[in-house]
Amino acid sequence: MSSLGPTFGRGAMTNSWTDIRNTDLVLIMGGNAAEAHPCGFKWVTEAKAERGAKLMVVDPRFTRSAAVADHYAPIRPGSDVAFLSGVVNYLLSNDKIHKEYVRHYTNSAYLVKEGYAFDEGFFSGYDESKATYDRSSWEYEIGADGYAVRDMTLEHPRSVFQLMKKHFAPYTPEMVARVSGTPQDKFLKVCDWIASTANGERAMTIMYALGWTQHSHGAQNIRTAAMIQLLCGNIGIPGGGVNALRGHSNVQGITDVGTLTAAIPGYLALPTESEPTLESHLGKRTFKPLQANQTSYWQNYRKFYVSFLKSYFGAKATPENNFGYDWLPKLDVAYDCLRMFDLINQGKTTGLICQGFNPLMAIASSNKSAAGLAKLKFLVSIDPIETDTARFWENHGEFNDVDPAKIQTEVFMLPVTSFAEEAGSLTNSSRCISWKWQAADPYHDSRTDVVILADLFNRIRKLYETQGGKGAEPLMAVDWSYKDPAEPSADELLKELNGKALVDLKDASGKVTRQAGSQLASFGEMRDDGSTDGAMWIYTGVYGPAGNLSQRRDNADPSGLGVYGNWGFSWPANRRIQYNRASADPEGKPWSERKKFMFWNGERWTGPDVPDYVPTIPPSQATGPFIMNPEGVSRLWVRGLMADGPFPVHYEPFESPVTNPVYPKLKGNPAARVFERDRASFGNAKEFPIVATTYRLVEHFHYWTKGVHMNAVVQPEFFVEMSEQLAAEKGIKHGGWVRVWSKRGSVKGKAVVTKRLKPLTIDGKTVHTVGLPLNFGFIGVARKANPINGLTPPVGDANSQTPEYKAFLVNVEPIVGPVA
Amino acid sequence: MFPAIPNPTTEKSAAKFGEKDMIRRSASTITPPAKRQTEVAKLIDVSKCIGCKACQTACLEWNQLTEEVGVNVGVYDNPHDLTANSWTLMRYTEYENPESGNLEWLIRKDGCMHCEDPGCLKACPSPGAIVQYSNGIVDFVKENCIGCGYCVKGCPFNIPRISKADHKAYKCTLCSDRVAVGQGPACQKACPTQAIVFGTKDEMKAWAAKRIADLKSRGFDKAGLYDPPGVQGTHVMYVLHHADKPQLYAGLANNPRISPLVEAWKGVGKYAGLALIGLTAAAGVIHHILQGPNRVSKEDEENAEKLAGGKS
Amino acid sequence: MSAHDRDSGAHTRVPRYSGSARINHWIVAISFVLLLLSGLSLFHPSLFWLSALFGGGATVRWLHPWIGVVLVVGFIGLFIRFFAQNLPERTDWVWLARIRHVLSGNDEYLPEVGKYNAGQKFVFWSQSVLVAVMFVTGVGLWEPGLAYFESLFGFKATIDQLRAAALIHAAAAVLTITIWIVHVYAAIWVRGTFSAMTRGFVTGGWGWRHHRKWLRKEVDEGKVERQNVTPAE
Repeated sequence: MSSLGPTFGRGAMTNSWTDIRNTDLVLIMGGNAAEAHPCGFKWVTEAKAERGAKLMVVDPRFTRSAAVADHYAPIRPGSDVAFLSGVVNYLLSNDKIHKEYVRHYTNSAYLVKEGYAFDEGFFSGYDESKATYDRSSWEYEIGADGYAVRDMTLEHPRSVFQLMKKHFAPYTPEMVARVSGTPQDKFLKVCDWIASTANGERAMTIMYALGWTQHSHGAQNIRTAAMIQLLCGNIGIPGGGVNALRGHSNVQGITDVGTLTAAIPGYLALPTESEPTLESHLGKRTFKPLQANQTSYWQNYRKFYVSFLKSYFGAKATPENNFGYDWLPKLDVAYDCLRMFDLINQGKTTGLICQGFNPLMAIASSNKSAAGLAKLKFLVSIDPIETDTARFWENHGEFNDVDPAKIQTEVFMLPVTSFAEEAGSLTNSSRCISWKWQAADPYHDSRTDVVILADLFNRIRKLYETQGGKGAEPLMAVDWSYKDPAEPSADELLKELNGKALVDLKDASGKVTRQAGSQLASFGEMRDDGSTDGAMWIYTGVYGPAGNLSQRRDNADPSGLGVYGNWGFSWPANRRIQYNRASADPEGKPWSERKKFMFWNGERWTGPDVPDYVPTIPPSQATGPFIMNPEGVSRLWVRGLMADGPFPVHYEPFESPVTNPVYPKLKGNPAARVFERDRASFGNAKEFPIVATTYRLVEHFHYWTKGVHMNAVVQPEFFVEMSEQLAAEKGIKHGGWVRVWSKRGSVKGKAVVTKRLKPLTIDGKTVHTVGLPLNFGFIGVARKANPINGLTPPVGDANSQTPEYKAFLVNVEPIVGPVA
Repeated sequence: MFPAIPNPTTEKSAAKFGEKDMIRRSASTITPPAKRQTEVAKLIDVSKCIGCKACQTACLEWNQLTEEVGVNVGVYDNPHDLTANSWTLMRYTEYENPESGNLEWLIRKDGCMHCEDPGCLKACPSPGAIVQYSNGIVDFVKENCIGCGYCVKGCPFNIPRISKADHKAYKCTLCSDRVAVGQGPACQKACPTQAIVFGTKDEMKAWAAKRIADLKSRGFDKAGLYDPPGVQGTHVMYVLHHADKPQLYAGLANNPRISPLVEAWKGVGKYAGLALIGLTAAAGVIHHILQGPNRVSKEDEENAEKLAGGKS
Repeated sequence: MSAHDRDSGAHTRVPRYSGSARINHWIVAISFVLLLLSGLSLFHPSLFWLSALFGGGATVRWLHPWIGVVLVVGFIGLFIRFFAQNLPERTDWVWLARIRHVLSGNDEYLPEVGKYNAGQKFVFWSQSVLVAVMFVTGVGLWEPGLAYFESLFGFKATIDQLRAAALIHAAAAVLTITIWIVHVYAAIWVRGTFSAMTRGFVTGGWGWRHHRKWLRKEVDEGKVERQNVTPAE
């Protein structure tokens, strides 16, 4: 999400699941939708069956998605940026782009200020000692009028368009083949098919998931894909988009509500130490428009922030105390999971609460995680199932070879209800909030997450009340006025996220538009004077005056375009396709009859969806369609919004079989998240010549279902996928036991020798890849296995800090089966 | 999208078919009903199947079956074969197409085909253990099953399995219990990509024709419907990209028919055998009538005595 | 002694089968009849009612193979006992060539035969072969037995092999029943035969008429008993 935001303005799946059926071409890359999202994948099969859409799959393995694809191209794990940059180069050098779209709806015409440079893979401003960039040279040239300077001819050598042409020129089909191992004909077929959509007549959708995210340059993978879609004019139109497929039914909801380490709900930022006052925080974020007539939505940041604070601290939030801003914690650094476990490992953490989290399985370098857990004083596992983490102290032979006598960590297991045993809402990948009703009684004495957390909160607050303590003030200030403080209901919580009027809201003429106490219908009603609350502005409208719209179950699709406007509520403002103003040309006419969606009818913007635009702004005003960006357009050039560069660059994974063929001086992403003390744990290609990648299996859900009998029946045991060539080279038998080890750990499993993996020629060298499914562990009814993340490296993406699970180095050997 | 089958009402309704709709009953002679019900069919579109095994688990759940947790033997197929508890199974085949040079991962859902001419029923020696309804469903009746395994030999698709626990034969019922109340089979309900659809046989054929046209447009000029005439058609049909080579799909029979061995065994063999036995017995009776007993005469005894006397 | 023996005025008797041989024979014979009844119940729907004699089809399914095992073990005993006397001889061909006289009961036109004539040898050898065939194919139809032998010998029978097994088992069954009918009929038709398997003796006359060469040998070996007593019972 930390790439879609900088490009388009919002970090979420651009289109809806049901919209995928409108597409003409599907690219699945960095994901395996059929395997990991089988139910959503039905819209791909629909598009294929009903519209004759084509499906392309680019993946290191011939996956289940590839099994139903029209074209499959192999790729080496971790080389996606090179591949996609090759596509960008193809589109630009063959002039196969949607020119009007690119000119008017992207920042291609913007001039980058003098001083920007790019040399041997490094952008200007790199500080090697800190491994970070000073991003100030990546900004636009600002004219005398205070707006950014543009050259609509796109000819200026410092225009984004010209810089882009130059930047991507090295990524020729030959270079792509050298770096990614993709045969040129297969690569060019992908290019050709993509180019067939760069015209406003046809659409391509890109579906990706963690295969792009989980790299030290993950955000840049997605960035490059987003750029391709912009060059083809595939954003904001039906059947288009860059669609991030989320791995849980509610992971979008979790991200929205603010479990990101540096965010509060609704993607507003958590204050940092450098922002001691509300004004200093808001001042950095209330962006001014970069063009005349532009409505940067972030001008409303202050309204959203104050409403959030009002919701958090209630009556205690007043203008006098900056609405309680001072009570918010101020971040020194981002506490992502890699840092958290680094701190735990240093013995700096006393206790860890895992709520629906199995870090021993989920975090890179399991051995490091296990060592850290043993240093904790206490560990709390709030989970419907017994996790491997909660049992990290237990000896499971070679699958968890620990000595319980030496581990002093006290473990508390708090059984929690599962999704079907409680009411609440789920937000799916395409931002649609759906209510679910409780379907079953809680299992034994399990309680809901809300009850457990409320209980913890109330008990801790009580302890502070009776015994006092440091920093109690924020805790005491929190507004906890639920009907039953011990059990806030899901209904109350969704209402709280939505927000309400605290006093009668009046318009300029003094007419009351919203009565005090009434729920808000849209975030447009939010005020920055403390007269509204609302914990999460993006959800405002889901529980407005008309009630809980997430409970709507009307499956009518009047336009036939998969816009189920009265099914649930899709944030923002119930839009199903984001940036849908871009489905019409600058004059407000649809790009083509075939792709007709939102258009200007002479009076207002209309069409099947809710316009992602002010409905009454006429095309003549030339306001850009990407209203979240102060430019009004999308960003091919992301300025300083990403830590590792305004344009993508091919960075090798931290563990790579080859030196970067494009920029030999680059060793990994120069701005990646890596702790110095972890550098010794990286292996080299000499000792570990084989590339490994991890993934999920459709038969299982993460680490949960290895404890479910039926799932274990259909996929009972950990295995290692490898090519026939590698198996022959190593003397490995089909179905025989193998050991796979990296510099950090070792796992054992059965060999699945397959034609679906093939060795690739990378920079003249034969490179093998092995595939490692991640769903197995030592707790459950499936056969026991070592946590696969025992192998993965502790290095994170420069922007999202997501660990590099998808490309690392290992070695493989045949073994006699382990004694289980 | 194939129109979804509406959810059932919660009210009890009469079964849509039952004993009166039987057209065949194993080891029995019955009078079939005057009017046949509309034939139903399940269509498995191999080209839409992503091999997710939702059908497998739906089958286990609906039929309340408990399969063993097995092991990995180097393939995605789990369990490794149909069992008395696993009535359906995804079978995966990696095929390098020599014509296109492309790898194809052919995934076929295996299970009972509900033949119009069911070999299992033909082989079954136990009256009423296997029945065929006029809508085409071939069902096993547990109470009448003696567990002899003849159905296993009779089946041209090698589908039925004998339970080691209760020694009865099991296979897919086409969810006859669900179909009886107007529902589709559990596997069809669970399939996320509509690779499995269910309806009347005519509807399925029409739907398949559309799918085949799509496959042909994608270069699979041999795409076609698998409704093998050797067993007079089936009520589970496949859409195959390579309908000319069913064998590619984990050994799907190219031209399935009840094995001539089984036909000989259960057809002419039965009558010829009984006839031979009967004729032999009759020959004995006739011989005896005509010839009378072969008696030892006094002369014989005297000769024997003489012989013995001479020696003793 | 049977009425026949008395009528024929037999005063000699020749031991033909020892007690153990007779027990062996009757074990096989009873097994055979049980197998026949249970087997036929599954052979044709019109005979399925026979399964009721055993307690139903499911019982037949598991019992039939085990009776088969008993028969096979018993038959091996018979085979070991009798195979030497059933080896073919030149006179067998003469006997066969005069089969018309055999069927007419004109034993006087037949060559002198030893313990077994060519017909009996045919029964012996054909049943030996058929029992072996029935056993092997029967295992193919016997799920637990098949699993046992598969694991014992490390093979996996194909479905087509099993289908062939079913067909061959049925065909062999028909033949074995047919031959069994011949066997039983011959014992009935040739009066004086039955006592060989009940009491172990035949009359000298029976030996003279049907197995003269054998009788001569028995006489030579002094095994023929004279009976001075007139019928007592």
